[in-house]
Amino acid sequence: MDWQALWLSVKLSSITVMVLIPCAIIGSRYLAYRQFVGKSWLEALIMVPLVLPPTVIGYYLLVGLGSQSWLGQLIIQLTGQQLVFDFSGLVVASVLINIPFAVQPIQRAFEAIPEDVRDAASCCGMSPWTVLYRIELPLIWPGVLTGLVLCFAHVLGEFGVVLMMGGNIAGETKTLSIAIYDSVQAFDFTSAGTMSLVLLLFAITVLALTTSLSRRIGGQHGTPRR
Amino acid sequence: MAHHVADLHCRVEQDSFIQLSADFSVKAGEVLAVVGPSGGGKTTLLRMIAGLNRPSSGQIRYGDQTWFSEQIMLSPQQRHIGYVPQHFGLFPHLNALENIVAALDHLPKSERKARAHAWLTRVNLHEGLPDRLPAQLSGGQRQRVALARALAREPSVLLLDEPFSAVDKETRERLYLELARLKEQLSIPVIMVTHDLSEALLLADKMVLISQGQMLQYGVPHEVLAKPRNEAVARQMGLRNIFSAKVVNIEPQRGITWLKVGQHEIASNYEPEHQPGDEVRWVIPNQGIRFNSIAKGRLCRSYNKLDVVIDSVLVMGESVRLIAHVEGLSEALNAEVPLHLAEKLGLAKGVATAVALKSDLIHILESE
Repeated sequence: MDWQALWLSVKLSSITVMVLIPCAIIGSRYLAYRQFVGKSWLEALIMVPLVLPPTVIGYYLLVGLGSQSWLGQLIIQLTGQQLVFDFSGLVVASVLINIPFAVQPIQRAFEAIPEDVRDAASCCGMSPWTVLYRIELPLIWPGVLTGLVLCFAHVLGEFGVVLMMGGNIAGETKTLSIAIYDSVQAFDFTSAGTMSLVLLLFAITVLALTTSLSRRIGGQHGTPRR
Repeated sequence: MAHHVADLHCRVEQDSFIQLSADFSVKAGEVLAVVGPSGGGKTTLLRMIAGLNRPSSGQIRYGDQTWFSEQIMLSPQQRHIGYVPQHFGLFPHLNALENIVAALDHLPKSERKARAHAWLTRVNLHEGLPDRLPAQLSGGQRQRVALARALAREPSVLLLDEPFSAVDKETRERLYLELARLKEQLSIPVIMVTHDLSEALLLADKMVLISQGQMLQYGVPHEVLAKPRNEAVARQMGLRNIFSAKVVNIEPQRGITWLKVGQHEIASNYEPEHQPGDEVRWVIPNQGIRFNSIAKGRLCRSYNKLDVVIDSVLVMGESVRLIAHVEGLSEALNAEVPLHLAEKLGLAKGVATAVALKSDLIHILESE
């Protein structure tokens, strides 16, 4: 059992979720309520990570953010370090590939709030921010929870992108799924089995918890009839 | 009860998305009904007044305050209105009391709860109901929470979107009474959108008739019903007896315009704009058509006699719908007669009889 890899995976998942979810809430709200030119293109672009093979995404990120690219050069100039083969690069990659997992459920949750409710909130004198935190956030909570769990679990299990982008540096970019792969390569099936079981149990527990939690939250006030 | 009370003037135009054109005023203490078929732009109009939609052009003024013009667009928050959306828009995660408290941000925190309780009592929602979530309330109760929430703000204007459409008939009757009672106490302009003409006749001081985004007529509901401006208005008001005629004679001193309808000459109210020889369209409401007075031979001066042949008889509950034709006239005559009267008079398919048309109620329409 590679405890360092487990810790790294949990750290990566947590940071990704902390960065991604607040941004996804703002972005999803915009997508749910605003009409603008090119909206369907933007929505399609957000979905791309769902259909592209992880290695392809990893390749583009490696090339796009590597020290050879202008973006990579710019990042080195600004921060003094490069993203590829570094933990910070894994965070950037995880955030990017998990956008659809965060945006989809949250956007659907925003869309499920009846227009009447949002109109009434504005007409009750609430500012847009007050509407967001007093009315919308409590109502989209199950969607946020779903997005959070999906992203967390997805980062935990991500393999292709991590390997392409971060390589396999212990303590820096060697996550649990890569550790499992390593163990199998080294015929260490015992630790591979333990780590796989940890991931499996984690996935089942988290999904069961979210399902029951969101059912409880959703069942409390129900969706008002339109 | 509002901090200051004023009239609302609204003139809006919209040419894109949903076409809309309207121009009307609502005095403080008055109820204005916006009536028209679904999809005609009524809700859009209400949302424009609320500040939720932006018209292409026009002006909305509340007293001396401009809510909307070419340069100005006040937000709903700045307009300080009370709005009850069609499905009430209650916050599903807050109970009835919290729903009202949420609308009272303009008051000091210590006063909000007391104000909310007072309003819930005023709309007859007390004893356990304030703690219930909207999903645990009936349609009528939800509607009253929404109304209390809108009024507790002491709004400048009260906007109601189809306030009675989402509740059952019994509740609706009760809510009519409540709104009528509330109207006496409120001194703010109230605008109510409805597709039901009878609600306008029952509750409104003025009405605006809107169809396909166009304002067809603006006036006192009973006058709009009695004197629709043109055929489109007459049809929207549910008037089915619209006929062609030719003006044959005018008697200004007696107040009569004589019309030739088929083989008959009938008297109608004198309208100076119609001269002998004019082809006109005219309308008569159901209550202007009588079957019994003829049968009893009591034809008086204010009635016109018309020979008709009954084409169809349809019993609907306690009344009978008759369709009859008049010789020389292409349009059919529609009438609704109580069942017992139809039986007494022997009204049946193929029967030739006569009807009396009350000349006061004959109204010549403007040509479109």
